[in-house]
Amino acid sequence: MPRSRRTSAVALAATASIALLTSACTGSADAGASDDPKAKTTLTFWHGWSAPSEVKAIEANIRTFENAHPNIKVKIVKGITDDKINQALRGGGSQGPDVVSSFTTDNVGRFCTSNALADLKPFLDKAKIDPATTFLPQMAKYTEHDGKRCTVPLLGDAYGLYYNKDAFKEAGITAPPKTLSEFSEVAKKLTKTKGDTIERLGFNPSYQAYETTVEHYGSQFGITYLDENGKSNTAKDPAVKAMFTWQKKLLDDLGGYAKINKFRTAVGDEWGPKHPFHTGQVAMQLDGEWRGKMATDAELGFEIGAAPFPVPDAQVADYGKGYLSGTILGIANNSDKKNAAWELVKYLSTDTDAVVSFANAIHNVPSTVAALKSPKLNNDPLYRTFVDIAQHPKSSHAPSSVNGGAFLLTLQDFGISYEQGKQKDLDALLKKNDAQVDKDNEQAG
Amino acid sequence: MSTVPPGLRAKRRRSALRTLGFLSPWLIGLCVFFLYPLVSTVYFSFMKYDGFTAPTWVGLKNWAYVFQDNPFFWPALRNTLWLVLVMVSLRVLFGLGIGLLITKIKTGAGVFRTLFYLPYLAPPVAATMAFVFLLNPGTGPTNTILEKVGLDPPQWFNDAAWSKPSLTILALWGIGDLMVIFMASLLDVPKEQYEAAELDGAGAWQRFRFVTLPSISPIVLFAVVTGVIATMQYYTEPLVAAKVASGVIGGSGQQFEPGYPEKSTLTVPQVVYNLGFQRFDTGAACVVALVLFALAMVFTAFLMRRRSGFMSAED
Repeated sequence: MPRSRRTSAVALAATASIALLTSACTGSADAGASDDPKAKTTLTFWHGWSAPSEVKAIEANIRTFENAHPNIKVKIVKGITDDKINQALRGGGSQGPDVVSSFTTDNVGRFCTSNALADLKPFLDKAKIDPATTFLPQMAKYTEHDGKRCTVPLLGDAYGLYYNKDAFKEAGITAPPKTLSEFSEVAKKLTKTKGDTIERLGFNPSYQAYETTVEHYGSQFGITYLDENGKSNTAKDPAVKAMFTWQKKLLDDLGGYAKINKFRTAVGDEWGPKHPFHTGQVAMQLDGEWRGKMATDAELGFEIGAAPFPVPDAQVADYGKGYLSGTILGIANNSDKKNAAWELVKYLSTDTDAVVSFANAIHNVPSTVAALKSPKLNNDPLYRTFVDIAQHPKSSHAPSSVNGGAFLLTLQDFGISYEQGKQKDLDALLKKNDAQVDKDNEQAG
Repeated sequence: MSTVPPGLRAKRRRSALRTLGFLSPWLIGLCVFFLYPLVSTVYFSFMKYDGFTAPTWVGLKNWAYVFQDNPFFWPALRNTLWLVLVMVSLRVLFGLGIGLLITKIKTGAGVFRTLFYLPYLAPPVAATMAFVFLLNPGTGPTNTILEKVGLDPPQWFNDAAWSKPSLTILALWGIGDLMVIFMASLLDVPKEQYEAAELDGAGAWQRFRFVTLPSISPIVLFAVVTGVIATMQYYTEPLVAAKVASGVIGGSGQQFEPGYPEKSTLTVPQVVYNLGFQRFDTGAACVVALVLFALAMVFTAFLMRRRSGFMSAED
């Protein structure tokens, strides 16, 4: 190789290396969408459902959309977890998603503040859709953060109480309890022990049991997690103290942490047929609307009923409320097909027929006002209990936070140490929780 | 200073360029896969960066947060150090012990070698899940057997005091890699040295202490150094064990906080992942990653400096 060519080759290689080393991809703030939604295109849609029936239902929904929009093909990727979504939203690329759905409503704050998901306001305005009247108000609330709407609800989940009717009959209990003091009594009545082991637990109140998290109890107590300045409020809110105290007392009355923890670790998987409620090891279960279908599919040897989860005695007027969450749907900010993606988002989240048929197929609660009123909606009384809970004006979801659901996980950790009896001073514990949450939020903000 | 003739200077430059040309594949690899990530990790540790929006300078804020306020960092560091001390030393002892036993066996050594090596081939996720199932306090066969013989068995992966020992048992089960290395080195020890020692009246312990150990000391050092580095990056097994044992294995959008039970299985790489990819806090994640890097360097440097203590004179 002659020298001049060799020098230029070295220079070229050096330049390429420097370019390669100094390039870093960062997301940008939303710059609007300029693609033509009528153009022929292929969208990539990531969702988290993995059970065969659910996957079939969403695919059927997408096929209907494709028939209505012949220019748009949708490539569906199933069984996606939040971690995968987070990576893809950062990386982008041709294999990345244009439309994503996630089950973790707690992450809306993170998605919106980081611009990972596109601002949907311009699209909603253009389509003349008012989220506040189209979606169930509480669901409209948990899909935005700080006035920024980067997601819309795609079906919802409502939480209530499932109970074993046969066990109730056997114990002489005629109706599901409405207040938490009644509930504690019923739970004790339904508990059967044999020597040192629990044969049947009326209810497992442990924060580590299935679905009995701080957050899910929190809605019944009406907790104000964060004050108007976004500071953690748990030490100041008497509802938090009431919740911790009630839960701890019930846990102790039913046998104490060690005994119940041993019982907890011995029961079957939450998503398998051996769920302790299915096997009769637990007589009452706090759970979402899907449990009814799972229990029916498992062909249990006993009858089950569903009711709203009880409320503190002082709030009996609000009986009927529950915790709400659901699936959220958004458009990746690094997608270059946002207008086409919006067509899919709009169809999945606001088309009444699409929402109703999907809700019926996967046994979730519809997220639009029109779909909730639809005569085509499943009439199964168990399921209807949850549709009513979803529509209760006091039903709620935890507030969105810049740090996602971290503040709930922190409180959950403190809850576990309190239920174990490791920390006895509740005031000090809640102050510690506030300090930790504020530090974490400051770091994330 | 002597002047170098221009012809010679050009020749030297050509020679230097040629050398660089031959070195370039490795140099590019070093720059792209080591130096650039390291430099950018240091850079991002002073930045607020969520991976989406442009980074902004925050000075030492991330460092202060990690060392003073992050609830995971110190428990994770303690757990990682526990694992480095206990797991690595037990793995070396166990691997050496099994290696010694199998080299001593006259018949069926091949069968035992295969039996001990096989678990190492099991994928870590599958192996961990199997262990959590075996050690399940309520339904696992281990506790059923222990209860039958009248013992009060522990809660294994569901008890903060037992979760790390459970992980250690899992690591000892997959000892195949070390066992094979130790066996090869044990078979390399010259037979005549043993014979000479025996003639001098050395017993079994003395033969091991004065003949075997000096001969295999480089291999022991290798096992310790690689073990320490691998344990500092210990991620998959504790994460899977915690997830499976806690029962939170996805579904209704419940978030999983690593470290179940009570942060006892939290390791430093899990904190890096949690901060960087779940909390969108690249800055703090980079701080933790740098701490891990520094610790690995210190440990390795310490062990290499102590090498003279491990090695025999001719090494």
